[in-house]
Amino acid sequence: MKFIDEYRDAESAKKYSDAIAKITTKPWTIMEICGGQTHSIVKFGIDELLPKNITLVHGPGCPVCVTPVELINKALKIASKPNVIFCSFGDMLRVPGTEKDLLSVKASGGDVRIVYSPLDAVKIAVNNQDKEVVFFAVGFETTAPANAMAVYQAKKGVIKNFSILVSHVLVPPAMEAILSSPECRVQGFLAAGHVCTVMGYEEYYPIAAKYKVPIVVTGFEPLDILQGIYMCIKQLEESRFEVENQYSRSVQEKGNEPAQNLIREVFKIVPRKWRGVGEIPQSGLGLNDEYIEYDAERKFSVEDITAEESPECIAGLVLQGLKKPYDCSAFGTKCTPEMPLGAPMVSSEGACSAYYRYRKYILK
Amino acid sequence: MCLAIPGKITSISGEGFERTGKVNFGGVLKDVNLAYVPEAKIDDYVIVHVGFAINTLNESEANKVFEYLKEMDELGELDQGDSEQ
Repeated sequence: MKFIDEYRDAESAKKYSDAIAKITTKPWTIMEICGGQTHSIVKFGIDELLPKNITLVHGPGCPVCVTPVELINKALKIASKPNVIFCSFGDMLRVPGTEKDLLSVKASGGDVRIVYSPLDAVKIAVNNQDKEVVFFAVGFETTAPANAMAVYQAKKGVIKNFSILVSHVLVPPAMEAILSSPECRVQGFLAAGHVCTVMGYEEYYPIAAKYKVPIVVTGFEPLDILQGIYMCIKQLEESRFEVENQYSRSVQEKGNEPAQNLIREVFKIVPRKWRGVGEIPQSGLGLNDEYIEYDAERKFSVEDITAEESPECIAGLVLQGLKKPYDCSAFGTKCTPEMPLGAPMVSSEGACSAYYRYRKYILK
Repeated sequence: MCLAIPGKITSISGEGFERTGKVNFGGVLKDVNLAYVPEAKIDDYVIVHVGFAINTLNESEANKVFEYLKEMDELGELDQGDSEQ
């Protein structure tokens, strides 16, 4: 199939790996932002193709993983109501709240449904006028155009029994939070290719300049990641700190403007709490005033719910790249994909689930 | 969520925000919303995330990954040529 297989060619991968080894003269630490990139790296063993003095650190680019426990608890409260159909992407169903997850609400008789697209949830609302349909709108900027369209179409169609529980987060503020932490060891970034497909990469110029870090917008296939790493190391070796675009087949500098327009129409930038990190100002999206009737937190009065995190789960440290999944005392023993303590073990983009699936032999 | 995959548009219908198409993902056909790619045509490849095309894939840019490798190869041969002298 075009646009996938070619980027998994082993011979080309070896060439990139050799080229990286050739130009690397010093130790460097690079963070890949997106959970999809983390999975690709761990699955294809890309980190094992790199010289030993290059360290790849996994970033917080897993929107499921950074959704705070209290938002899960709010989802659980809403989903447990008898007249609610609660719709969600698949991997949110097994993320544990304080006591249980959405799948157990479903098992107890709650109407919890997995949908592929937020528009599916709108259709469900149209077909079930006697119920309240709520969609768990989790995601980075990549998913914002889809969620914006769902709310826009609901308002246009005067669909009153639909609302979204918003957990939208933005990448650039997260990068700044990581870079401004005193423990930060990251010297270069592979930026998230699909986030940038939507948003472009102009927002990264000031970050690269302020923190003097190279930022390479990178795709997800093995060759994309290897080329992104090559470009990043080349900059580091040459003491440059620019924004470059490896994923140019999908990403343009200005991004997708129709998508950005609808995001701006429906959403505004708000402070957001990130699981394991805390509140980051201006780091999330919330509904604009004209669309506030579609805000499920308000509709169901769950704004005041709070929660404690599991004491053993080190998701926050993993998400900031300060620890690896196997550093966790519960990894693979008390915490597995079947019985997760935290989100990174459940999510298809979580670092812990990537290591569990592809690197079990590292278990001590 | 960064999980988006490329697929080929096989048919298009509707307009504006209701513009949709059938997209072929290696043999599997799915309905995809094309509102955000107004310039996309039949036989174009698009990158699809949760039922929405978020961009068309640029074929000439797509080859750059391999052109870059070729350039590095050629530079590498030049290096080898130098060291042999």
